[in-house]
Amino acid sequence: MSTEEQSLITTEVQTENTTRADRPDETVLEARSLDVYYGQDQALTDVSIEIPEHKVTAMIGPSGCGKSTFLRSINRMNDQIDACRVDGELSFHGKNVYDEDVDPVALRRKIGQVFQKPNPFPKSIYENVAYGLRVQGTVDDVDLDDAVEQALRGAALWDEVEGKLDSSGLDLSGGQQQRLCIARAIATDPEVILMDEPTSALDPVAASKIEDLIDELVEEYTVVIVTHNMQQAARISDRTAVFLTGGELVEFDDTASIFEDPADDRVEDYITGKFG
Amino acid sequence: MSTDVTDRSGPGIRGDGAVGADNATDRRVRRLLFGCAVITVLTTLAIFFVLIDNAASYFFGAKLTEMLLGASVERTVTFTEFFSGTRWAPDHATPGHGVLPIVFGTLAITVGAAFVSIPIGTATAIYLSEYSSKSVRSKLKPTLEILAGIPTIVYGYFAIAFINPVIVAPIAETLFGINMGRYSLLSGMLVVGIMTIPMVSSISEDAMSAVPDDLRNGAYALGATKFDVSTRIVLPASISGVFASYILAVSRAIGETMAVTLAAGMQPQITANPFAEIMTMTAYMVKMARGTTAVGTVEYQSLFAVGLLLFVMTLSMNLLNDWFKRRFQEEYR
Ligand SMILES: Nc1ncnc2c1ncn2[C@@H]1O[C@H](COP(=O)(O)OP(=O)(O)OP(=O)(O)O)[C@@H](O)[C@H]1O
Ligand SMILES: [Mg+2]
Repeated sequence: MSTEEQSLITTEVQTENTTRADRPDETVLEARSLDVYYGQDQALTDVSIEIPEHKVTAMIGPSGCGKSTFLRSINRMNDQIDACRVDGELSFHGKNVYDEDVDPVALRRKIGQVFQKPNPFPKSIYENVAYGLRVQGTVDDVDLDDAVEQALRGAALWDEVEGKLDSSGLDLSGGQQQRLCIARAIATDPEVILMDEPTSALDPVAASKIEDLIDELVEEYTVVIVTHNMQQAARISDRTAVFLTGGELVEFDDTASIFEDPADDRVEDYITGKFG
Repeated sequence: MSTDVTDRSGPGIRGDGAVGADNATDRRVRRLLFGCAVITVLTTLAIFFVLIDNAASYFFGAKLTEMLLGASVERTVTFTEFFSGTRWAPDHATPGHGVLPIVFGTLAITVGAAFVSIPIGTATAIYLSEYSSKSVRSKLKPTLEILAGIPTIVYGYFAIAFINPVIVAPIAETLFGINMGRYSLLSGMLVVGIMTIPMVSSISEDAMSAVPDDLRNGAYALGATKFDVSTRIVLPASISGVFASYILAVSRAIGETMAVTLAAGMQPQITANPFAEIMTMTAYMVKMARGTTAVGTVEYQSLFAVGLLLFVMTLSMNLLNDWFKRRFQEEYR
């Protein structure tokens, strides 16, 4: 391969990245003075953040600083936890999702989630992807086979499972299972996809497939991803939010600024591995 | 090469005297436990043998053991009469040896009870596992366990004193104009159904609670309602445990004796009238065993033929359960 070809590819990637970064920010999710408690313990303290549309926003921070808690408060999965209480405001397109008239079920149909541990249902691959469409009652409006295929293609899994849609989702490898979960999440066409350490249970090859996938997904969706892997955050995200112990959002900025020139000393220490 | 073991300095994994003693204890414990297991198996085999041995004399006039010693075989009751006759009265002056009426009684009670216990038990299990708050569950579960621990004779009196006169009889009279006696098929179905609800609900609930929360969260995150999660995720994922609870409840209903005798009576007949008195296989066995019939007579030996049939019925339920368990293993990991 000539050096010319190589440099061409690099520029191409760069152009793509610049266009994404150059897009004007449309805030899709906004937290204002968000406090979350588990019983007496405060897991998030006065978090305010604006998450832009069609970008990848990464959340990093030491274990127990409330990243998962923040993610769960976006799609109100915290409702499932009895002891959990939320104060403050979290709006989706300007509407506070904690308002009385918001139905969490409807909200979750707009905001999908992918979990740390791949959790396919003990059903066929096909039924896993179709599940969301079935519970959302939209099966009649779409061609189910077609929707399943589109979702699997979107999750870069179609080629690997094309001939065996009827076999159990549990028979796939961990990386394939995670992509199946992504397919399941995008099948219902949400606006936002929340990912909580989606690659931490995967080997590097499977992880990099998911990273590539996120890069494509962001063309159509807004992605919020929690990760413990700094390189991953640096590679795939446009914005990075750094939480520190105590559930504080310490810094939120362009990923490049966070990693090259953080404003807060504690963030610099965390990123360079001095504590965390 | 030295044979003196103490000379070698091993890395601390050589067995010394204490370990040897432990091994000897281990062996003794193992023999004791094995002995207990053998007793269980032998008891089962002995029961099975006694049933077959005596049932043989009902059909062939001599026990298997007697036949081996050279007793002559003489057909007393033919299999055709036993399995297809519709009159059951072995102790009557003109005896009838058709077992169908009491098999009907048992099956009718079992099916009717299943219609009560399966829907209510499953719904209770779903409620406890998916809907109820912790505080409600902590009160309801022990209550169900108390219900499961009540002696069946108490349920029988509950049927005589309450279900039949207060619920079933008025329905029979006002809706159908039937003047009912003290016993009825319907009240037998109801009381056995109620008795077996705790069995269905508590075993099903255990199976449902064992479904990992990961699966529930995955579904909730897709915008599933509680009902969707219960019926499309939790129930299918726990189906083998749930089904096992159904089989147990059905086996229990087949073998149920006291409550059903007190509720449904002792009148062997095949009838479509739920307000009629019927007789189950177990009720017949109670009647025979405590009656005045002389040991060794044909009518006495009929007890064992019915017992053997009952045994085969519950055994096939167990086999069905095993097959189903193998077929529908809990798939989640
Ligand atoms: N279900 C819960 N009940 C009670 N406390 C909880 C619960 N979930 C989380 N917490 C507490 O809230 C705090 C934040 O937890 P959270 O899971 O959000 O952290 P995290 O940043 O995602 O950590 P990690 O990187 O290890 O996943 C922790 O102190 C944790 O103990
Ligand atoms: Mg977490």
